[in-house]
Amino acid sequence: MLTIFYHIGRYTLFVKKVFGRPEKHSIFIRQLILEIENLGINSLGIVAIISVFMGAVITLQTSYNLDMPFVPRYALGLAARDSILLEFSSTIVCLILAGKVGSNIASEIGTMRVSEQIDALEIMGINSASFLVLPKVIASVFIFPFLVIISMGVGITGGWLAGSLSGQVLSADYIYGIQYSFKPFYVVYSLIKSVVFAFIISTISAYWGYYTSGGALEVGKSSTKAVVVSSIQILLFNLLLTQLLLA
Amino acid sequence: MIEVVNLCKSFDGNQVLKNISATFEPGKTNLIIGQSGSGKTVLIKSIVGLHTIDQGEVRYDDRIFSKMSTDQKKEVRQEIGMLFQGSALFDYMTVQENIKFPLDIFSKMSQAEKLERVNFCLHRVNLEKVNGFYPSEISGGMQKRVAIARAIALNPRYLICDEPNSGLDPQTAILIDELIQEITQEYNITTIINTHDMNSVMSIGEKIIFIYKGQKFWEGTKDEIFDTDNETLNNFVFASELFKKIKKAHL
Repeated sequence: MLTIFYHIGRYTLFVKKVFGRPEKHSIFIRQLILEIENLGINSLGIVAIISVFMGAVITLQTSYNLDMPFVPRYALGLAARDSILLEFSSTIVCLILAGKVGSNIASEIGTMRVSEQIDALEIMGINSASFLVLPKVIASVFIFPFLVIISMGVGITGGWLAGSLSGQVLSADYIYGIQYSFKPFYVVYSLIKSVVFAFIISTISAYWGYYTSGGALEVGKSSTKAVVVSSIQILLFNLLLTQLLLA
Repeated sequence: MIEVVNLCKSFDGNQVLKNISATFEPGKTNLIIGQSGSGKTVLIKSIVGLHTIDQGEVRYDDRIFSKMSTDQKKEVRQEIGMLFQGSALFDYMTVQENIKFPLDIFSKMSQAEKLERVNFCLHRVNLEKVNGFYPSEISGGMQKRVAIARAIALNPRYLICDEPNSGLDPQTAILIDELIQEITQEYNITTIINTHDMNSVMSIGEKIIFIYKGQKFWEGTKDEIFDTDNETLNNFVFASELFKKIKKAHL
């Protein structure tokens, strides 16, 4: 129990250090653009692939489970849309990104720690936490909502493709279903969640990487802890945000 | 000049450094020697502020570094160049970017001036035409020289080297030692070298401090080390047959 409080305290101080003033704005902007590419653009492929397949599976499973005469077929589009908007594109995609982006951040910073590159920055008089982590945090918070929007589009398209190609739903029914009783707030809710999850993933992963000590083995352990702790926090905050925003 | 006064440092109740006092003079290569685990690296890291000390003072030319605020420390740190055991070059940057990095952050030079300074530093460490290489693409000895070039890019007043010869062949190790000594004398830098390489002790040890079990056990020069009757020091320095023979010949 004490360990949890120790980590919460150290994490809070770490986040405070991360939000220190950048050394030089031109270098910060350059780092930020590199991180947007590294953490965001390079994750587009996996987000698109997972989203298209998940959209397809959601549609087909709903179809097989709602094969009743009194349920209209457009309900497939409606179910796919709400599943994707409310849960899949924000929470599940962010859990996947916790694995990809989180382990990337933790192992990169952890390796810099054990190879004394972070010490080298400190010796130069640079706030290493701010220099290394702030661009990652801002890049994640900026780019994750775009990834979530792309995931929504691709997921719904995947559902449409699977439903219409397998003959489970007519294309027109599916398109009617995804427009039926649409609540724009669901998109806002999903985007709010993605911003919170982006912050959680980037700061928690950076925290575990930054305080790595030892060698290659410890870098691996930090990377694993980063993914596990980020995932648990995502699930916890998912519950809290759902209660706060949808109740 | 760097001064350490009654420095103590412990980790989890285990006292690693016990009341160490020493003076490191400018223009001289000051060596800290000792067995593995004796506290050399902790001492070096305490001097540069990577470890917070428990007791005592670290002074940089009469400025009490250990009692400074973060911003004041930041200013002093810009006067420190440090060479790490594993070079600590940023592996996502090229050689040129590594050396230019402190200039980008702290100098107001134009790009052309920065590049000129990078090439001068590379030339000073006897490296040419490696600007575009990444650290992983050059040898360990070259990485050490690039690290020295980065350390001197901002014209430091203090140069701290943590085992600069570790992992290098004897010939390259001698080159690195000579280079550090030349730079120290040329720019009148206060240099502290943490080493357990006896070749370094014999060739560039203008002032030597022997650390044993966290305490300063002996202080002197490379000439005085031959005449000492300190048994622990003799056992450490003249451990190999070769060095025993050298001592015998010297006496």
